[in-house]
Amino acid sequence: MDKTFDKKTLVESLSPIERKVLPHLSDSFIGVDKISEKSGTDMTTTLRALEFLKNKKLVDLDVKEKKIIQAGINGIYYLKKQLPERRLLNELEKKREIKLDEVGKVCDLNENELRIAFGVLKKKAFIEISSGKIILTASKQELTKKMLEELFLEKLPVEFDLLEPEEKYAFKNLESRKDIISIEDKRIISVKLTELGKEISKSNLDENLIEQLNSKILKTNAWKGKKFRRYDVISPVPRIYGGKKHFVNQTTAYAKKIWIEMGFKEMPYNNMVVSGFWNFDALFTAQDHPVREMQDTFFIKGIEAKLPDKKIVESIKKAHENGMDGSKGWQYNWNEKDAKKVLLRTHTTCLSIQTLKKIAENKEYPSKYFALGKCFRNETVDWSHGVEFNQTEGIVVDENANFRQLLGYLKDFFKKMGYEKIRIRPAYFPYTEPSLEIDIFHPIHKKWVELGGAGMFRPEVTIPIFGRHIPVLAWGPGFDRILMEFFNITDFREIYKNDIAKLRDMKFWKR
Amino acid sequence: MTILTIDKKQFEKKVGKMDKEMDNTITMMGTPVESVSDNEISIEVFPNRPDLLSYQGFCRSLLQYLGKKKFAEYNVNKPLKDYVVKIEKPVKSVRPYTACAIVKGLKLDNEKIKEIIDIQEKLHLTLGRKRKKLAIGIYPLEKIKLPIRYTAKKPDEIKFIPLEFDKELTGAQILRQHPTGRDYAFLLEGYDLYPVFIDANNKVLSMPPIINSRETGKIDENTKEVFIECSGSNLVYLKKTINIIASTLADMGGQIYAMEIQDSENFISPDLKPEKIKVNLSDINKTLGLNLNEKDFIKYLQKMGLEYEKGEVLIPAYRADILHWVDIAEEVAIGYGYENFNAELPKISTVGEEDKREVLKNIIREILVGLNLLEVSSFHLAIKDDIKKMNYDFKDFIEIENSKTEYNVLRMDLASNLLKILSENSDSAYPQKMFEIGKVFSLDKSNSNGVEEKERLCVALSHDSVNFTELKSVLDYLFKMLDKSYRLEQFDNFNFIPGRSAKIFVDNFEIGIIGEVAPRVLSNWKLKMPVSAFELNIGFLSL
Repeated sequence: MDKTFDKKTLVESLSPIERKVLPHLSDSFIGVDKISEKSGTDMTTTLRALEFLKNKKLVDLDVKEKKIIQAGINGIYYLKKQLPERRLLNELEKKREIKLDEVGKVCDLNENELRIAFGVLKKKAFIEISSGKIILTASKQELTKKMLEELFLEKLPVEFDLLEPEEKYAFKNLESRKDIISIEDKRIISVKLTELGKEISKSNLDENLIEQLNSKILKTNAWKGKKFRRYDVISPVPRIYGGKKHFVNQTTAYAKKIWIEMGFKEMPYNNMVVSGFWNFDALFTAQDHPVREMQDTFFIKGIEAKLPDKKIVESIKKAHENGMDGSKGWQYNWNEKDAKKVLLRTHTTCLSIQTLKKIAENKEYPSKYFALGKCFRNETVDWSHGVEFNQTEGIVVDENANFRQLLGYLKDFFKKMGYEKIRIRPAYFPYTEPSLEIDIFHPIHKKWVELGGAGMFRPEVTIPIFGRHIPVLAWGPGFDRILMEFFNITDFREIYKNDIAKLRDMKFWKR
Repeated sequence: MTILTIDKKQFEKKVGKMDKEMDNTITMMGTPVESVSDNEISIEVFPNRPDLLSYQGFCRSLLQYLGKKKFAEYNVNKPLKDYVVKIEKPVKSVRPYTACAIVKGLKLDNEKIKEIIDIQEKLHLTLGRKRKKLAIGIYPLEKIKLPIRYTAKKPDEIKFIPLEFDKELTGAQILRQHPTGRDYAFLLEGYDLYPVFIDANNKVLSMPPIINSRETGKIDENTKEVFIECSGSNLVYLKKTINIIASTLADMGGQIYAMEIQDSENFISPDLKPEKIKVNLSDINKTLGLNLNEKDFIKYLQKMGLEYEKGEVLIPAYRADILHWVDIAEEVAIGYGYENFNAELPKISTVGEEDKREVLKNIIREILVGLNLLEVSSFHLAIKDDIKKMNYDFKDFIEIENSKTEYNVLRMDLASNLLKILSENSDSAYPQKMFEIGKVFSLDKSNSNGVEEKERLCVALSHDSVNFTELKSVLDYLFKMLDKSYRLEQFDNFNFIPGRSAKIFVDNFEIGIIGEVAPRVLSNWKLKMPVSAFELNIGFLSL
């Protein structure tokens, strides 16, 4: 590019604020505050203009970090009321001696101030303390002369690097006392024109460039024959925030899409409040199983659920007590009262079993259903546990379903969720046999992370529903660890914290 | 979660080097390795396998899994003279059953005593449901005169020195003064008689399920013979427990002797004859999707410590988890190795479909996101005091029993949560515009669970010049996009500024409320920025 064109382009790209500031600069350094004053632009705007000019290599900025010593809160107070040691001296000058137990009141000083005043004055040998009294020992001359600390305080603010040895001494003494002085790091910016800057500043800066194209200019064709101010397209712009779905819902929507692609229907049930019957009993969980105790489950006070029709209740009672189809059952007396307890679902498997009943009524098999949602656990909250957590649930009802197919569905789902490497290992749940646990390989921690269980429903579960044992593949792995990994969340409590700044900045789910 | 911790050196001597491969083998046997340190190995034992709760039991099973040990058979010697436990009538109404055994020829050291105490405690916690279902006592036979009576007495008539004490206490005092007594007192609450084991010298051996006698109920390094009892209300589980302990002690080198339990029906305890279950190989193959022949099938059974005989699977007496042939299917699957299964997707055709209610929720989300609103997501559990900031004198809470956190009720609106979120984010840039879609809960007797769950939408806008008009524009837009109509009916409510709130109606059903939030409510939340909000049931907007 030829040089004159270059300069012309440069001039055309100067924004109104740059044009406003430029005439007040010269080839020697001038403080930014002066430029702001002369050009009549506020400090922020001036700085922005100078930053633009610097990017165009028209100015050099000189930034000096300076430590400025200022009077602190107590310093300002003592500037008005004098330092405690001076106040004590003043009183002593009048009275020569003061009783120790009265001195605070006489001089209007608190204990802390007194302690310091004593220390300072004793060091200077201005006072003596004996038999419960403070006695003045300073000479008249000493009394009238200002102390170094007083002189220093009055001189503030000063620059740290310019302190005289005496001042340094005073500074040290005062610095150790509470809030008398404070140190502030100040950036002092000055600016001068570069060679290029000098040339540009000589050119005509008043040329009439179009700043913002608008409808009026278009309507009147005023743009014809005129030039537009050129933008610096590289410089940063203000941040904006879009509306968006909550990141948990983004992730669950994706997971749902996978299930639907795999031919699964969403379960017709999604109740969070459920009876012990559907959450536990129908899933062959013995009534004295620890999970049914108060400390693990949220039971709801003062209400009782209605049980479904007698046939299924009797059948489940039998499964628990003495078993069926050759099973021995749990060998105890099953109690209707526990089944009627109302609770917050501890797993989405309670949706599967309710759905299974509907499937049985409609003889709708083979069929495949999924669910995805919150479950509840009565726990103390910490980084790895929350009272509300997500599970994804699935069932396949098919006369020919088998364990290998169960692995097939799970592997396929987790592959689509982004986990090529999963580990399937033996596990135990009261309602499935065989049972398995799914681990995903954590790419950062390089270890297996447990997601949750799956299996084939036991005959003690299927027979009360279908009247005979039909294979049902079922799974309910947790979901939160997946989204925590993707969104780099290390603390469980962050998931539902609703920190707006974080939500605005959070990336979108994509796999 | 029950963790078994074993000595690493001892394990490596008996089984093999604890390397990565061994770690994987143990996990694939169904006992995930929790941690391995220089001296110890910790593994998780699932509740269906109480027989693995000891070093002996775990090694037995692992050696079988590795093909280094055969089906475990235990010889039980017939009862000798006076090897009798008589269950007397008074105890039948308290803790009616016991199963017992005698083991001789033990060479105990500190390590083994620790192991015995450990399995006893673990069985108490798991199978025993914290001693409620069963409690175990182990006694040095040398200090006992047989036969033994299992009976019940009045608390004040029971007198013995309990473990860890040096003075005699009555049954009642033990429950008040002894730390273990205090811990388990609730198990005897309400009973007039407390159970006791008493020997032929009339000495109290123990007061189950609480504590043993110091004199007759503590084993040490000199103990060579032990009497074991397990008491409770469910005989099936008591027998299983005795089987587990007797086989563990036999694995330590002991010889098992049976006892005669005299009850309304006498029986010999323990009975370590394997149980039998009929299994069709074709059922197993169909369940697992495999095609095993009988030879392979038997091989995998043996790996799992089982045996096969004429169409029946033999289950050792210490196993408590085989209820049905499907349990055998899992055994075979573990024997075959979960990692060796070829995953397969079947060719059955089903049509996938999202629930209609969920479809609607997603449409609403899209509409509101298009208006630059941010979706938030909060807990369904709420704090009563938070709700009261808006619903001052509300009483019909759905309360949670014994919550471990401050959350003590189910949420009944979404607006409270949104106000809370706004109040926690006052340092974020305004305007803040947000919405939440989710369930709220109310008591409803007509519902089978006693609670009605409704899907709601709440929108809240907050910035310095927010007002009713701006919010109503959002509502208008939402309904227009949903191709629905609504109408507002002005009404005053103390949560909103009078004259600036309304009820929302669709087809003459009241579905929600809209307004500028009253300063009093805002100040309850310490909010310094005005808020306008609407909340409505979306059930009526169905597609």
